[in-house]
Amino acid sequence: MTDSVKFDNELPAKRESRVKRFFKVLALMRESPVGMIGLLIILFWVVMAILAPFLPLYDPNAIMAPFQKIGAHAPDGGTFWLGTDHKGRDILSRIIWGAQKVLVWATFATFVAYVVGMMMGVLAGYKGGWADEIVSFIANIFLSFPFIILCIIIVATLGASGWTVVVAVTFASAPQIMRIVRGLVLDLKTRDYIFAAQTRGETPWYIMLVELLPNARGPLIVDACLRLGYTVVAIATLGFLGLGLPPPDPDWGLMLKEAVPLGAFAGHTMYLPAAALASLILGFNLLADGLREISLRD
Amino acid sequence: MIVLAAKRLVAMLLIMLVVSFILFSLFEADKMAVAGKVLGPYSSVEQREIWLSQNGYNEPFFTRYTQWIGGALHGNFGDSLQYKVPVSELLTDRLKNTGILALVFFLIMIPLSLTLGVLAGMKEGSWMDRVISVFSVLTTSIPEFVTATFLTGLFVYTWHLLPGTSSMTGGFSWKEMILPVAVLVIYDFGYVTRMTRASMAEVMTSQYIRTAVLKGLPYKRVIMRHALRNALIAPFTVIVLQLNWLLSGLVVVEVFFAYKGFGYLLVDAALFGDIYVIEACVMVAVFVAVFSQFISDIGYTLLNPRIRFS
Amino acid sequence: MSSTTAITPVLECKNVNISYYTRSGEVPAVIDFNLTLMPGESIGIVGESGCGKSTVALAIMNYMGKNGRVKSGQILFNGRDLQKMGDEELRRIRGSQISMVYQEPMASLNPSMKIGEQLIEVPLYHENVSEAEAAQRAKDMLAAVRLPDPQRIMDSYPHQISGGQQQRVVIAMALLSKPALLLLDEPTTALDVTVEAGIVQLIKDISKQFGTSMIYISHNLGLILETCDRITVMYSGEAVETGSVQTVFNEMRHPYTRGLFASIPLPGSNKNSRPLVPIRGQLPLPQNRPQGCYFGPRCDFFQAGRCDSKTGVHMQLVPNEERHDVRCVRFAEIDWANHRPVGLSGEQAEIGKVVLEVNHMKKYYTLKDSSMMALIKGKKVQYVKANEDINLIAHEAETVAIVGESGCGKSTFAKVLMGLEEATSGEVKLNSVDISQLPVEQRKAQMVSLLQMVFQNPFDTLNPSHTVGSQIARVIKKFGIEQDPDKINQRVMELLDLVKLPRDFARRRPRQLSGGQKQRIGIARAFAGRPALVVADEPVSALDVSVQAAVTGLLTDIQRNLKTTLLFISHDLSVVRYVSDRIVVMYLGRIMEQGTTDEIFNPPYHPYTEALLSAIPIADTSVKKRHIVLEGELPSPVNPPSGCPFQTRCPRKVGALCETQMPPLQQTETGHAILCHIPLSELSKVEQVIQVDAA
Repeated sequence: MTDSVKFDNELPAKRESRVKRFFKVLALMRESPVGMIGLLIILFWVVMAILAPFLPLYDPNAIMAPFQKIGAHAPDGGTFWLGTDHKGRDILSRIIWGAQKVLVWATFATFVAYVVGMMMGVLAGYKGGWADEIVSFIANIFLSFPFIILCIIIVATLGASGWTVVVAVTFASAPQIMRIVRGLVLDLKTRDYIFAAQTRGETPWYIMLVELLPNARGPLIVDACLRLGYTVVAIATLGFLGLGLPPPDPDWGLMLKEAVPLGAFAGHTMYLPAAALASLILGFNLLADGLREISLRD
Repeated sequence: MIVLAAKRLVAMLLIMLVVSFILFSLFEADKMAVAGKVLGPYSSVEQREIWLSQNGYNEPFFTRYTQWIGGALHGNFGDSLQYKVPVSELLTDRLKNTGILALVFFLIMIPLSLTLGVLAGMKEGSWMDRVISVFSVLTTSIPEFVTATFLTGLFVYTWHLLPGTSSMTGGFSWKEMILPVAVLVIYDFGYVTRMTRASMAEVMTSQYIRTAVLKGLPYKRVIMRHALRNALIAPFTVIVLQLNWLLSGLVVVEVFFAYKGFGYLLVDAALFGDIYVIEACVMVAVFVAVFSQFISDIGYTLLNPRIRFS
Repeated sequence: MSSTTAITPVLECKNVNISYYTRSGEVPAVIDFNLTLMPGESIGIVGESGCGKSTVALAIMNYMGKNGRVKSGQILFNGRDLQKMGDEELRRIRGSQISMVYQEPMASLNPSMKIGEQLIEVPLYHENVSEAEAAQRAKDMLAAVRLPDPQRIMDSYPHQISGGQQQRVVIAMALLSKPALLLLDEPTTALDVTVEAGIVQLIKDISKQFGTSMIYISHNLGLILETCDRITVMYSGEAVETGSVQTVFNEMRHPYTRGLFASIPLPGSNKNSRPLVPIRGQLPLPQNRPQGCYFGPRCDFFQAGRCDSKTGVHMQLVPNEERHDVRCVRFAEIDWANHRPVGLSGEQAEIGKVVLEVNHMKKYYTLKDSSMMALIKGKKVQYVKANEDINLIAHEAETVAIVGESGCGKSTFAKVLMGLEEATSGEVKLNSVDISQLPVEQRKAQMVSLLQMVFQNPFDTLNPSHTVGSQIARVIKKFGIEQDPDKINQRVMELLDLVKLPRDFARRRPRQLSGGQKQRIGIARAFAGRPALVVADEPVSALDVSVQAAVTGLLTDIQRNLKTTLLFISHDLSVVRYVSDRIVVMYLGRIMEQGTTDEIFNPPYHPYTEALLSAIPIADTSVKKRHIVLEGELPSPVNPPSGCPFQTRCPRKVGALCETQMPPLQQTETGHAILCHIPLSELSKVEQVIQVDAA
């Protein structure tokens, strides 16, 4: 009479620890070679960034012999594995320390942008009406600035520093995140489980945070990954334009700016930071692609 | 339809107004700083105050704002601090150059990316799709100045085929256009291609394409008449909105190749603190961005009968 | 299957096996499928979701997508193997000799092409005709499928016409080059009941008029009975029984077919005395099909050693019957005459005090009209009268059904009750407290817990991010039933027992549950706060037939035991007849008729109720129905007709009176109320719509 007799075709119901789930996601990644390559590239740079203080590197700002070739001997008997730049600073060291800097600031800036954008998006999407109109209008104002131009204005008013980058990225990205979240929420809020929550008198904040947001995480993870890439580009671009993190600390964009005019006789000084930058951004894009592919499968 | 256009137009003007206000407050609310920028960091307080009263800066903030807006509407943004000529003169010249660059870029990018996108999306998972998709991810992943670096390295430093700067000091030169346009196309075509591909692929799995195939129509007709029309609606919007992106790209490319365009002017002004030029450039950029949004909204409605007739 | 005639069948499937190839391996979708369709014949393929019926249709069209393939066997069209044809040859046959009608008409038409162009294409690419000739044919065909004003339809885009009209266009498109074979894949599932009736009538007429052979795919046995000569019942990828409609409906041999019939509400079944009997267990996933008979684990007649043999079970001809095959090793032994399956029966609980009382409730939505015309005329605000003058009473332990088609206002009514919308005027009293103006946030927890809801769509009734247990626990905590975590847990377990699910389901996530199980959790959640009134909004319409029976049974059983009032919102009159004590019929926001179930199903009828009753497909050969097909389209609630809302489609329209005046509410002493100008005495003379043969 009841259909509770046999459920042999159902998945076993087990609680998984977070660690286990992380490995399961890793295992899933294996199914997308593209995503796996992206992940490996990112992991490489993350490990480099973490290990930077412990590696036997020259001080990135120490001025030694200029324009040394790749693998040249250093005056103190060591080796400039990737040569030195026009001021005689060790390129390997500058690239690794630069990686740390760009990763830290990009992650932080993206995180802040996400917090702001998500709040705005959930509010606009769930509340609708006036809240939506106001939030959307504010977002539209910031979206009407081309990204770099918004950054330029902010840097021009606040001066160049890491914090300025965070502010610029927040202003530029939060509205875009808001739009994505708003769209997701508009779709999710017509689901019956949201009605169920409403009909048992849950507060709007509970519904937004507990019932809505967890279901929007899939597309948001993919977007966050892409956005980290964009933020890296933005930081490097600002550096390249001379508006980014202030010298002399190593910054990939700035390294490029300084190296390009001299590229005719010291190609490696410009190719190396360019390659580092391209690989990291490619890593984020490939990982995002892989994640999207996997999320579409189930 | 007309109501929609009117509504969008009003929204557009409103945004321009708010942007102009934000801009003005950011750069000119503190008048002492303005005077400092104009007269240089070593000017005395007295000098600055004299300058302020001479130039009408002692009026209330809102009066100054309305005057500024009034001037801006007539194309009067004051004189550049760096070049000592009217900003409008400077800007028209630079905008013309940027316009040429953008036009050449679009003429190459649009046909290229639409064709590639449609070819890839027609048969999802085919080898053509894979090649195009991978290629477009690779190129969009590399920012403009990195592509520019590699291209310069190869074509300028190694092979000595092309000039490394595009300042056009000897008059207009196609040779100097090649690298800037190539960099922009390489960076931007991937995005449009991917959007077109996604849109095409979605249309190809739709039920009305199934209907068309099972009606016994030739494959060519299914693609040309049934799929393309629907698949190209989304890329159209993307291409128009691309203008917004392109402005960012233009800034970088113009600076890299010293191309005397609007983006170069803006960065130059930002580094110099030439506030009147910054204000003018940003207003123009925002206008272009907002206007392209307007065009894309209207175009989307016109292309989509489902919205057009409701 | 030996055919003695010399005529070649239009379509013949011989031992067809179809598989999908996914990353996790081969998934057999259709196994050992045989079918013979003679010219002019129509075959219905019936089965629950995932049984492979649509795959068969797509295989016939040779349109399987990237990963589907006919693995073995032949599909012969007029004696020629469709699998062996080249692309060009296939193209010539598709649309001209075999054509198809789809489930969702809106999605099947190209949104950015005018209907005329989409129709003209067919003759243009299949026959050598001029464009003018093609256009003329298209117009004639539109008239033949009884679409008014063909020229206007030709010039329209698909979204500009209604769903019923769209489906007529798709049918016209399919018939344009006079195909030999027409495939219909659930052609009426997306449509309203009265619109469905019109399409079904059209399909029947077509087969007569054009002599087209048809394959009609549906989950609804009643529709197959109305439209087809023969039937094939499918289960988990296999055909389990095939024969003429008369034999299969009257003398079904396969236990699954039996089970299917026992689980659909037919006239004569009753929730208390003659309850439906659901099929136990659930459909196996293709990867988990058992050895031998796929129905084995769910079958009452399963015999180890025979039903689970390694060689599988094959189709066998029923002796002494013509073209009736059954896939069951024991079909000859089963004594159906003495088989009495038992459902979940029980005593009708005593109807108690009034729980819900609605008086003159109105709900208007304002609609801002921003068109140019409205701006000029200064009429910027329009009202949508979603609910107009709603009066009803529901007692303790009573089931009141609200029936109506889309746009009739039944969902709005539910929203007002639940406090998601406020009534424009009138009273809604729950246990004598007026809640019509009280949004849910302002209601006290105790009040909220009294009034709960079961939702329609099992796939989003539960939040996919949280476990089943935590979702039920939240309700218990929220309503203050229990505070102590252990007690809450205890209560969650009791509720799982109540809906007959194993206790370890508490730890599962919704995606690990089947549709029926999710719906059970939805019921558990609704009953967690010990409600006095439960609103069930189409609780079973998205479920498969056999699961429907189980969920309906469960709902009525819990209601009986807890003496809950149930407000059952549905469009399906057969389910409604089965579960409800009283019925309210709504049309365009108004109550057209209300009364006890007997009163609704017997004269006097409101003309709309009459049409609605006639539109229910009934899977019983002994039932005779009067056919009433409504003309015209369902009006939009934004622009309701003047006078009586039903006057535009009413077959019994009296005259100008109906167009100008709102009809009076005629009421009998027992409370049977009809909103109509025609006097009750006259309406009483109308013949019964559904008659069951005494034999």
